[in-house]
Amino acid sequence: MSPVLSGVLQFVALFAALALVYRPLGDYMARVYDSKKHLRAEKWIYRLIGADPDAEMRWPAYLRGVLAFSAVGLLLLYLLQRVQGALPGRLSLGFHSISPDQAFNTAASFVGNTNWQSYSGEQSMGHAVQTLGLAVQNFVSAAVGIAVAIALVRGFARSRTSNLGNFWADLVRGTVRILLPLSVVAAVVLVACGAIQNFAGIHEIGQLTGGTQQVNGGAVASQEAIKELGTNGGGYFNANSAHPFENPNAFTNLFEVFLILVIPFALTRTFGKMVGNVKQGYAILGTMVLIWVGFTALMMWTEFAHHGAALQAAGGAMEGKEQRFGIGGSSIFATATTLTSTGAVDAGHSSLTGLGGGIAMLGMMLGEIAPGGVGSGLYGMLVMAIIAVFIAGLMVGRTPEYLGKKIGTREIKLAACYILITPTLVLGFTAVSMAMSGPPGQILNKADGSVLHSGAHGFSEVLYAFTSAANNNGSAFAGLNANTPWYNTTLGLAILLGRFLPMVFVLALAGSLAEQQPVPETAGTLRTEKPLFAGLLVGTILIITGLTYFPALALGPMAEGLS
Amino acid sequence: MSTTTPVRTAPEGDEKQPAHESSGRVSGGLFDPAQLVKSLPDAFRKLDPRVMVKSPVMFVVEIGSVLTTILAFKKPGDWFGWTITAWLWLTVVFANLAEAVAEGRGKAQADTLRKAKTDTVARRLTKDGAEESVPGAELRVGDLVVCEAGDIIPGDGDVVEGVASVDESAITGESAPVIRESGGDRCAVTGGTKVLSDRIVIKITTKPGETFIDRMINLVEGAARQKTPNEIALNILLASLTIVFLLAVVTLQPFAIYSGAEQTMIVLTALLVCLIPTTIGALLSAIGIAGMDRLVQRNVLAMSGRAVEAAGDVSTLLLDKTGTITYGNRRASEFVPVKGARQEELAEAAQLSSLADETPEGRSVVALATEKYGLAERSDTDLTGAEWVPFTAQTRMSGVDVDGRKVRKGATGSVIAWVEERGGTVAPDARSLNDGISQAGGTPLLVAVEDEKGPRVLGVIHLKDVVKEGMRERFDELRAMGIKTVMITGDNPLTAKAIAEEAGVDDFLAEATPEDKMALIKREQAGGKLVAMTGDGTNDAPALAQADVGVAMNTGTSAAKEAGNMVDLDSNPTKLIEIVEIGKQLLITRGALTTFSIANDVAKYFAIIPAMFAVAYPGLDKLNIMSLHSPQSAILSAVIFNALIIIALVPLALKGVRYRPMSADSMLRRNLLVYGLGGLVSPFIGIKIIDMLLSLIPGIR
Repeated sequence: MSPVLSGVLQFVALFAALALVYRPLGDYMARVYDSKKHLRAEKWIYRLIGADPDAEMRWPAYLRGVLAFSAVGLLLLYLLQRVQGALPGRLSLGFHSISPDQAFNTAASFVGNTNWQSYSGEQSMGHAVQTLGLAVQNFVSAAVGIAVAIALVRGFARSRTSNLGNFWADLVRGTVRILLPLSVVAAVVLVACGAIQNFAGIHEIGQLTGGTQQVNGGAVASQEAIKELGTNGGGYFNANSAHPFENPNAFTNLFEVFLILVIPFALTRTFGKMVGNVKQGYAILGTMVLIWVGFTALMMWTEFAHHGAALQAAGGAMEGKEQRFGIGGSSIFATATTLTSTGAVDAGHSSLTGLGGGIAMLGMMLGEIAPGGVGSGLYGMLVMAIIAVFIAGLMVGRTPEYLGKKIGTREIKLAACYILITPTLVLGFTAVSMAMSGPPGQILNKADGSVLHSGAHGFSEVLYAFTSAANNNGSAFAGLNANTPWYNTTLGLAILLGRFLPMVFVLALAGSLAEQQPVPETAGTLRTEKPLFAGLLVGTILIITGLTYFPALALGPMAEGLS
Repeated sequence: MSTTTPVRTAPEGDEKQPAHESSGRVSGGLFDPAQLVKSLPDAFRKLDPRVMVKSPVMFVVEIGSVLTTILAFKKPGDWFGWTITAWLWLTVVFANLAEAVAEGRGKAQADTLRKAKTDTVARRLTKDGAEESVPGAELRVGDLVVCEAGDIIPGDGDVVEGVASVDESAITGESAPVIRESGGDRCAVTGGTKVLSDRIVIKITTKPGETFIDRMINLVEGAARQKTPNEIALNILLASLTIVFLLAVVTLQPFAIYSGAEQTMIVLTALLVCLIPTTIGALLSAIGIAGMDRLVQRNVLAMSGRAVEAAGDVSTLLLDKTGTITYGNRRASEFVPVKGARQEELAEAAQLSSLADETPEGRSVVALATEKYGLAERSDTDLTGAEWVPFTAQTRMSGVDVDGRKVRKGATGSVIAWVEERGGTVAPDARSLNDGISQAGGTPLLVAVEDEKGPRVLGVIHLKDVVKEGMRERFDELRAMGIKTVMITGDNPLTAKAIAEEAGVDDFLAEATPEDKMALIKREQAGGKLVAMTGDGTNDAPALAQADVGVAMNTGTSAAKEAGNMVDLDSNPTKLIEIVEIGKQLLITRGALTTFSIANDVAKYFAIIPAMFAVAYPGLDKLNIMSLHSPQSAILSAVIFNALIIIALVPLALKGVRYRPMSADSMLRRNLLVYGLGGLVSPFIGIKIIDMLLSLIPGIR
């Protein structure tokens, strides 16, 4: 079988698997968030944290819940890393405490569902930080994202109320009823396929060539499951999903992509169910699928293109890719991980072809919405839908409305603020970083010498880093030594602002929408459940993102890829 | 080009068609290129930054122009810098020109109105009944003034005493005088209009300076124009896009320096101006002004732009039956003979009996006889020796005695009594015919004759409300647009149902009282719908105020005019449908030009980015898919295109995009194709052509 065919077949299998679970999972999640009952375990948690899960919250209260919970998580994770050196035995595996800037960066990264890692897991984090700190945040940061998305969906679904549900109930349910059970199943599958799951110490192993290598054990499979399911992406090991303990074979590779995509896609069904019109969910799904399929096809095309003798011999751009996944598996993974704010990698993104790197970057620049991070993908896409409805909706001769809610001054103000945040963070921080660096050809970033390459590729490394951080992706282009005080701090800030500022506007938007009285649908209403609208939405997303980042992309991946 | 003078339909002019030409539609007023030249001084006056700041997008362009001017002065030998500077200033001027042209059309109308508002001297009545002369500007609410033939009415008010004919052409343009009388629904008079006959006493209801004519002047001049909610929202979106592009351009310089391709400020400014949505930013206010203007052209005054926008969103139309759906009066539609009588005989008798009948019903009988039954035209003067029997409330019949024949037509009971009185026979089916017509919602008139064959009933004239032509199609179109029509009538449900079915409205409200109307509006609004209605009476006022779009007839009371948010000077209720279309067209024009403007940017990137960076990264020259002549000509072409497209689109902004009623789906598909795809493709062609022209100029590299 040719590598191209194998890639396509893998994609088809993935597509079919996702299609199979779409409805049951989406419906289940809708029931979870609409349910009036509490599980016994949940009641214990509510009693423990002193929350009343039945109290309805207005949007400021909901937001306070999100921010307070995340702030506490940030502080705990920071402290845990700072005291690691004092922890005994296996808890620390003998690693030192993490430096303040890196501890901040890591805490921000995991609380912000980004999982940018400026550290190397097997060389710095013991079992305590990995399991009690990072893995816990992998669950709850994902649950926070879904909760905010559900609040926005309620904004559309409800009318003449200011209540958006209860944050604590949404948080706990998302964790207990969705993420935990799915992770258990996924972890078992991964273990069965060869991923490791233990609390072993560091083993010294002799290599074939005579040297020695240190190999860690750890609760890898369980963390791997939630790493993908929660679109987190923080690897147990530095090599992330390219490491055989995390991702042993081609099947687990595809299975991990499945885990990455399954919740974000299924949430569109949940959305359709909750607003009482599943077709609206399908339109959003269609938009996401169109972008996802298009990007995957483009990625495969650039990676399979044979330029030069070395690539021809390998059958494509094999540098930096794992032999066991091939170009097909790696392209599918790279596209899924960058379109979903996951950031797990099974290949070196720096080794993607120039244009392939650009596609990965553009995928993140879309704002992680196709299908995006768990929850964040849905709310990001809905905000884009509001923008598209506003521009195009005018063309049917009515004040724009989406799902019966008018898109007026207040709504457009909030949506506009939302779409301003990430470009500001990405371009602003990248510009300052580049201004600090010297001209090409020299060792770059005189301040700390962290960019490895010169020219367009060097620029891409920095642009990729801030794109990844501000969009909460977490994948790295490699090549950039990000463990410097400058990058640890600025990337940490980009992550936090890129995660929580949008949530402020999304929740405010939800509050504003919920208060409205719905406008009944007539023949004069823009039909947002039709393919025409999905196409329009794709166009709006591509044009707005394209226009924002075109100059930057031209100087990075395009300059590299077109030469 | 279409109408500048709207079709004026006098309130009584029920013979005319409603202002509905399938070709004219809501396409707007005339656009004359000479107006561009005339408005040029205004366009320059608007360069004042305090004015410019109201349009954030164009304000950024102005700042950019100032910046490049300073830079050009620093390097006076740089032709490129000067050319870019010139075109940037032109971009700003063109934007101002669009707005100035839109406003200019209102100004002309305002001048005409001002002439009507010459300072009048009012004859105020003092408490003891004496008259004193005071300037019109000193009148207070509640003052009583006297106006006699030849006087200009000094202010808005209600007639409290007397009746007069008034020339309101200063406001409505309609030269036929109207009657104004105390009490009832025709008591309102407007300042600036002229009393033609008789004497009336008017109670002033409006302060000087806030009169109808003052408000009208402000409205047509655009002085009172406030941004509408949707316009504000669009401005916010445009401002945020401007910020995004500002960010993209400002951060580009460090990237460029790193890449070894530092850019001049002039090039960066040119890029910024090309990217920010200048096309829609420049035309946005012109679109709004032109939308109001299109209403003014149709003699409708919208008291707020908000109401015009709401008109586009309306999902329920309340239409008064009489005057809107049907002609004002009942008309003969059919002659139904009784058994044993001939059709021609009945028609001839009906015609004869009505020759001297000057009521609309009577005239319609004569018309029907000639038009449908092919009888020769006759007039009452043709018959010598005829004795006309006029209609009285006692006899309830009218007719004629001529050449020994007596013909009568009238209310069924009276005519039957007349025949029986004379010993004649009443055909057995006369009553059943009569009842059939009543039940179908019509009014039966019995026709009887007494001649050599004796007195007998010939048959029945079927009088009915005649639905105006084209109404059914109109309502079908409205339905396709998602608008529900509700007919309001005082008729009984049976009659109402028959007319509603014939006209094709979706629903009707029979035996409607003002309270019923109000309740209906509230019910619709509770379901989230926007309601539009027309009204003229004082008892319509609460409903007009409650409706989202309330169009008051100019012939109506001041209370109605105060309560509505639009006034139709022609007092033609059918116009409500046009108002809805104008509202929709306004929104579509905005959306279409926004889409066009944003789609334009793609081509500009392909022109400018390779021009900026192909030196540093030769591979980027592959993006120069238009294969433009040189970096300078590429950038210049994009800037020139960006400026010229504004002027090119001014007529579209003023006229509004073509609008035909259709479903939202087909409308979106069509507009996306024209303005989305068109906006994507056209600048590639335009920039290429400009570049080819530029490359012909010697000295341009």
